[in-house]
Amino acid sequence: MADTTQQAAVPDKDERVREMSPLRKALIRPELGAICGTILVFFFFIAIARDSGMFAPEGIVNWGTVSAQFAIIAVGACLLMIAGEFDLSVGSMIGFSGIIIALMTVQWGYPTWFAIIVAFMLAMAIGALNGYLVIKTGLPSFIVTLAFLYILRGLTIFISIATTRKTIIGGVREVSEGDPLAGLFGGKVLSGVFVWLADLGIVGKFVAGPRAGQPVVDGVPMLMVWALALIIFGHILLTRTRFGNWIFAAGGDTQAARYVGVPVNRVKILMFMFSAMCATVFATCQVMEFGSAAADRGLLKEFEAIISVVIGGALLTGGYGSVVGAALGALIFGVVQQGLFFAGVESSLFRVFLGVILLLAVILNTYIRRMITGER
Amino acid sequence: MKKIVMTMAAAAVAFSGLTAPAFADGERFVLVSHAPDSDSWWNTIKNSIAVAGDQMGVEVEYRNPPTGDLADMARIIEQASASNPDGIIATIADYDVLSGPLSDAVAKGIPVITINSGTEEQSKKIGALMHVGQPEYDAGKGAGEKAKAAGVTNFLCVNHYITNPASVERCQGYADAIGVELGGQMIDSGQDPAEIKSKVMAYLQGHPDTNGILTLGPTSAHPTLAALEETGKSGTIHFGTFDLSSEIASGIKSDVIAFAIDQQPYLQGYLPVVILTNLARYGVVPGNSINSGPGFVTESNIELVEKYAGEYR
Repeated sequence: MADTTQQAAVPDKDERVREMSPLRKALIRPELGAICGTILVFFFFIAIARDSGMFAPEGIVNWGTVSAQFAIIAVGACLLMIAGEFDLSVGSMIGFSGIIIALMTVQWGYPTWFAIIVAFMLAMAIGALNGYLVIKTGLPSFIVTLAFLYILRGLTIFISIATTRKTIIGGVREVSEGDPLAGLFGGKVLSGVFVWLADLGIVGKFVAGPRAGQPVVDGVPMLMVWALALIIFGHILLTRTRFGNWIFAAGGDTQAARYVGVPVNRVKILMFMFSAMCATVFATCQVMEFGSAAADRGLLKEFEAIISVVIGGALLTGGYGSVVGAALGALIFGVVQQGLFFAGVESSLFRVFLGVILLLAVILNTYIRRMITGER
Repeated sequence: MKKIVMTMAAAAVAFSGLTAPAFADGERFVLVSHAPDSDSWWNTIKNSIAVAGDQMGVEVEYRNPPTGDLADMARIIEQASASNPDGIIATIADYDVLSGPLSDAVAKGIPVITINSGTEEQSKKIGALMHVGQPEYDAGKGAGEKAKAAGVTNFLCVNHYITNPASVERCQGYADAIGVELGGQMIDSGQDPAEIKSKVMAYLQGHPDTNGILTLGPTSAHPTLAALEETGKSGTIHFGTFDLSSEIASGIKSDVIAFAIDQQPYLQGYLPVVILTNLARYGVVPGNSINSGPGFVTESNIELVEKYAGEYR
């Protein structure tokens, strides 16, 4: 009798798991740096740009939209980076998808929903090709997708010049009036709430022109809804599913992952497709909002995505990172970029600031990696 | 970790010092251009708003999308109007993208003046007070007419900013005046000087019958000068360019460049600031748009122009 009670009491702790102090546990969470950074950045701007309209409703929508843009491509880049690969063709893909949608609707007269679906399928096919080439050739994804950065940008400029003689194709808004899918990307939600808030005087109203009397912020842009949806999807996929574990495994140690039966090739190709899909979400929102597509849209966006992910604590070597971190990274990026305008800082200094943040984030990450792996 | 937080805090303090002038006395205006950081031509406008700001006792901020991405420019305009300035000065590089944010600013009660790219008509539709600029197609056509008179039949249009519709219009006007259909003669040269130079050299090698060149600004004109120099064709091809710089001025003096079309950017920066200040203070505003150009700079008037090239001209 006494023996059995003693046995039941034993497996309180698992001797296979190394003990760790709670502080250390908190420190090696990938989001930690990004959480601290977010708090710091907000404190900073509340201190210096409080009266500039930055934290008025329209100011919040302004930097919120920019952050949402970064977040959309950062989620894709984050999952791909955790799976151990890069996608440098994101920016060119944004230009490409946008032009495809604009060409099909304005130039060739297809319905908008059809054009959007075709753009998504094309982009994901190119993403799959990216992944297939990386797997088959064994070349670094850095090089393969760098090639596609040029190929897609060149193709985009070529097809827009060849068909319309212009690099900006406008008129998308007119032809996609009332289209079911167009509203899903370019519309706004919760408009009623903002009319109500404006009546209460919390949100300002337009004072002149045809829109006089309407609230200056007339809804939450779908761009933000997409960003939130993608962040939640990415986070659940990564932390709550078997597939998420496969992503970590594929990026952590490809060979070991293969030995234990993880379909590494499939995981990586799917992540390339997901990254291309995120780029197309970005492009579609932009085309629907502005009503035009241009061949130079999305320049340098691939690096902005990667910067967001790195600020968010992911390792460039793969196998470590978090979607929430990447989202916070995007928030920091967006707030800093727009906030420096609000603060009236000479805009050329924005990149200096960005570089400093990036450097700090990477130093912090390296420090954390050493803690995890125990290397000196 | 602690150290890093400290460093960030230190950086934050360092930056807060730079932001102080934003809340100085006097009216505050924001000028938003479409030009990427690498475009040196906009220095003249930066200088002009500094002069105008000094003279009028107002503060003028200059903003631009670093890569020239017009969707980013729309966000900057939205940001500018959220910060409630006394006036916004902006280019209409793409009406579809920028009309929304600009007319929202107008609807918020912020006076808007459009400059440089765009047309008077678009400016009116947005609800702006006026447009200060140079009609692009007509300027291109004027250049083409001069070229035709000089006997140009086959030309090359070096377009370093092909994604701006206005740049294509300039080439189109030039081609129409000469009476040739615009096609492969307009090359997308990119922004990099070495790249532009090699592309121009390659084109001239492939099309030896080319007897006219149009460049759309210093960005493409300087490498084109170098390309002509290197291939020994300086002075043998009728060379016209948009805009001025000190290199272009010396090109005109040495007969390599026939003429430069000056849209007088100084006025595009200076006048809106003066007009907006007077509107804010006394409620007076001119009733019409203002054409700041085109003016042709040739050997006959180069002396005066050269003195201030790249700075105020």
